[in-house]
Amino acid sequence: MPEELYEIEANIPANPIEEYLRMDRMPHIWCPGCGIGTTVNCFVRALQTSGLDLDKVAMVSGIGCTGRVAGYMNLDSFHTTHGRAIPFATGLKLANPELKVVVYSGDGDLTAIGGNHFIHAARRNMDITVILINNMIYGMTGGQVAPTTPVGATASTTPHGNFEETFNLPFLAESCGAVYVARWTAHHVRHLTKSIKEALAKKGFSFIEILAPCPTLYSRRNKLGDGLDQMEFYRDHSQIKNGADTKTVALEFQGDIVVGKFVDKERPTYLQAMNQHYQKKFGDRYVPSEEMRKVFHA
Amino acid sequence: MAEVAEQTKKAAKGSVVISAERCKGCGFCVEFCPPEVLELASEYNSKGYHTPILVKRDQCTGCDICGMVCPDFAIYGYIMKKKTKEA
Ligand SMILES: Cc1ncc(C[n+]2csc(CCOP(=O)(O)OP(=O)(O)O)c2C)c(N)n1
Ligand code: SF4
Ligand code: SF4
Ligand code: SF4
Ligand SMILES: [Mg+2]
Repeated sequence: MPEELYEIEANIPANPIEEYLRMDRMPHIWCPGCGIGTTVNCFVRALQTSGLDLDKVAMVSGIGCTGRVAGYMNLDSFHTTHGRAIPFATGLKLANPELKVVVYSGDGDLTAIGGNHFIHAARRNMDITVILINNMIYGMTGGQVAPTTPVGATASTTPHGNFEETFNLPFLAESCGAVYVARWTAHHVRHLTKSIKEALAKKGFSFIEILAPCPTLYSRRNKLGDGLDQMEFYRDHSQIKNGADTKTVALEFQGDIVVGKFVDKERPTYLQAMNQHYQKKFGDRYVPSEEMRKVFHA
Repeated sequence: MAEVAEQTKKAAKGSVVISAERCKGCGFCVEFCPPEVLELASEYNSKGYHTPILVKRDQCTGCDICGMVCPDFAIYGYIMKKKTKEA
């Protein structure tokens, strides 16, 4: 009798994402074709293979559609006030240096109201991972212009098109001192997963910008179709240039998108610098806390 | 005919699980499935969205790209573990 191949029900694995989500909060609030959920898949798959102890991973979000991520993850998580995810994450990290602290928030939250926190956390090389979903507007509040809105794009507050210079976020992060800087889109699921895994393993301020469709408030207003059209645009107009000079990766309205890992370097984190400094200054009189010693001798 | 069937059986490495009620019909899974084995059904789910169906069963590789792109956690792919009938 020839070998007959068939499948056994019991072998079908459960949806890998479910144990990482608070399923009692599903369905989520995101619109059809919104890219935020796609990035969450990548984050979860990166976390699964990271080897991190999930009891020592904390996630912090600010306010916005992206800000919902912390509340949906089955991790210790905190949904802060608007713009304050990074200072909250900084406090968590300093109080408990053993934690892997991840900030997951929107372009508006992290670079408009929270922009000051962003630049100083990068400058200090605070040991946190920042994942920024760039949908180029304030999604949750109705599609207002953001520091990330491309020149020429229309937002609800710029009905005749935006004329303000746009932040080039990888350049901003690098100039402020981030040690890991990458950009991907929601279309680059495999690259993005690998990149998140690298960022999670990195000591210091790691930053990933992810372009994601907001069909409801960005694409529609700009006559760019729906979420799928935007994803196809990412597929057709992205160029992978690892190591690209971040000065050259600014985004233009519907222009080509340079993606890749741009920066991966070493420099002392805030806590390392602090310990070194005080050891030098005070010698044996300086006694780091138990938690701190655990981290430095790991 | 039998030969074709035998070949296709060997080719099918993977499959998908679809939670149609979670789907919002965005079409990401259909568009980005590398071997293009999914289609949106003409039927609707209870929220009025067309949901994906696996139309080329024999060609799914179980790569889980559909699971990674789906913003609504409504589909995922897996590699089938197979067994001989005798076993
Ligand atoms: C102090 C304060 N100011 C303003 C708001 C209103 N607000 C809520 S979310 C948001 C912008 C969110 O934009 P972004 O971070 O890009 O998130 P998205 O919804 O696009 O994912 C604003 C201005 C607020 N909640 N709190
Ligand atoms: S408004 Fe935009 S960002 Fe917010 S859930 Fe809808 S599509 Fe996503
Ligand atoms: S698992 Fe891969 S091949 Fe199968 S349907 Fe999903 S994307 Fe397509
Ligand atoms: S990607 Fe998800 S939500 Fe979109 S059509 Fe496929 S199953 Fe439905
Ligand atoms: Mg936004």
